[in-house]
Amino acid sequence: MLILTCPHCGVAAEETEFAPGGQAHLQRHGPGSSDDAFEAYMFLRDNPRGVHFERWRHAYGCGKWFIAARCTVTLEVFATYPAQCLEPPPEAVAAIRARRPDWQPAGGDAASGKEPA
Amino acid sequence: MKRHSVFAVVREALRQNRGWPKHWESPAPRASYDTVIVGAGGHGLATAYYLGRNHGITDVAVIDKGWLGGGNTGRNTTIIRSNYLQDASAAIYEKSRALYETLSQELNFNLMFSPRGVMMLAQTEHERRGYLRTERANALQGVETRFIDAAEVRRLAPIINIDGPRYPVLGALWQPRGGTARHDAVAWGYARACSDMGMHVIQNCAVTGIRSEAGRVTGIATERGEIACRRLGLVVAGHSGVLAGMAGFRLPVESVALQALVSEPVKPCLDVVIMANTVHGYISQSDKGEMVIGGGADGYNNYTQRGSFHHIEETVRALIETFPMLSRLRMLRQWGGIVDMTGDRSPILSKTPLEGCFVNCGWGTGGFKAIPGSGWAMAELMARGSSPLAEGFSLNRFREGRFIDESVAAGVAH
Ligand SMILES: Cc1cc2nc3c(=O)[nH]c(=O)nc-3n(C[C@H](O)[C@H](O)[C@H](O)COP(=O)(O)OP(=O)(O)OC[C@H]3O[C@@H](n4cnc5c(N)ncnc54)[C@H](O)[C@@H]3O)c2cc1C
Ligand SMILES: [Zn+2]
Repeated sequence: MLILTCPHCGVAAEETEFAPGGQAHLQRHGPGSSDDAFEAYMFLRDNPRGVHFERWRHAYGCGKWFIAARCTVTLEVFATYPAQCLEPPPEAVAAIRARRPDWQPAGGDAASGKEPA
Repeated sequence: MKRHSVFAVVREALRQNRGWPKHWESPAPRASYDTVIVGAGGHGLATAYYLGRNHGITDVAVIDKGWLGGGNTGRNTTIIRSNYLQDASAAIYEKSRALYETLSQELNFNLMFSPRGVMMLAQTEHERRGYLRTERANALQGVETRFIDAAEVRRLAPIINIDGPRYPVLGALWQPRGGTARHDAVAWGYARACSDMGMHVIQNCAVTGIRSEAGRVTGIATERGEIACRRLGLVVAGHSGVLAGMAGFRLPVESVALQALVSEPVKPCLDVVIMANTVHGYISQSDKGEMVIGGGADGYNNYTQRGSFHHIEETVRALIETFPMLSRLRMLRQWGGIVDMTGDRSPILSKTPLEGCFVNCGWGTGGFKAIPGSGWAMAELMARGSSPLAEGFSLNRFREGRFIDESVAAGVAH
């Protein structure tokens, strides 16, 4: 069971009060983009065993979208911040680093134990 | 390999079961193999088995970080059916179901395949029409299914409350040769047969890296050293994203928790498998008498193999409307598995951007039934470079918009 804090209204509640919305910080690629970019945006997903950024909506509260930085192995939530942020804000990165010193902000793949080829 | 037979059972009964041999060897990994399969779940072991049986490739190692069948293969509710809507799905799932019919004999290992019949309840008008459509599609695909009315549902499963207040049963899609099998036995039976062909089945050895040269796979790094190989199959279900990361590509897959639970054992009261997809629950009775219950998957990425309590509550709440007698049962155990979900809810059997490296994943909530057929197709793909059964399930289908959309057809964990 996840406990999330809505950064908009400050309410901390169990996951049943929220609705999950998939991987966060996807960059939209539409008409005119290359096939590779569109495929990556539309279908390919980070699926890390570790630090993950994910969209959530405070469905049974204020109704607003936000982003949670959390661990997919321990269900620990490091930080939540408004969905308007295009990338994790410095406080969120610091909160992750405090708990996962080895974490690389390059994206979920790096956090999943990827070895240098 | 000593063969199992009724005589062996009698002989061992007379000498306190002390003469049973080891079912498979546990060798130390060699420095190199022709083919390495990562993941000794049902799909990985079946791939290895059919590489040997159908293609004569036996210089093979199957490597798992845990124990045999410790992943989803040993955590699922064992429903076997092939009543899918799309042609590509019906082909591979029906191949699989058909292989299950004689697999115990072929492997000389009792998989307890029990074709007791699977019914998928229609509890809304929309669902009824959907299943009528599937029935027609199945007739064209050569899959034996039949839409049955509420009276026949009641006859086959007397414990159902047909006139439930919210979701009355309007009929069901009935597959008489669907059923269940014993999950661990599927892994064990294939492992025993692989070991017998001289393949190495290696447990407790996590793969930690994938080696390549000039875009071609050359081997893997493991907890027990480096292993070279010419061909590599990644068959790790929920961990596919992690392994793909090691190989340097991404997948259209997300891993979420799916749960199941069993009740205390009761006297026989249900001799078919029932899926109630509108209310999100399914149920069968095990040979031990436990009611085996499953529901929907969690909605967010998760590697904890536990799942959320409220999903159990939802599943049980829904099921007791349709099966009122369940309300007085105590539940014994609950567990979770990490399932690999694709966007169209269909699996991936494919070459990858790394030459010599193949992937078999995305079976999500419904891959136990597919183990023999998937292994058959994956072995052909790895041995020959293509397989008619696997063709529709390549990674390119997302890019090219050729989805095999079973999410609309099934709409539920299966
Ligand atoms: C609760 C539940 C109920 C289900 N019910 C049904 C059902 O009724 N019918 C149905 O058809 N399907 C069902 N399924 C789905 C089915 O269980 C799976 O699709 C199927 O078992 C997948 O088999 P697999 O061999 O691909 O994966 P797994 O059995 O999970 O095997 C993958 C293996 O890879 C290993 N691995 C992972 N990472 C590494 C690494 N780095 N190095 C080495 N090894 C690694 C794991 O240890 C694991 O043993 C259910 C699943 C769950 C969780
Ligand atoms: Zn809020």
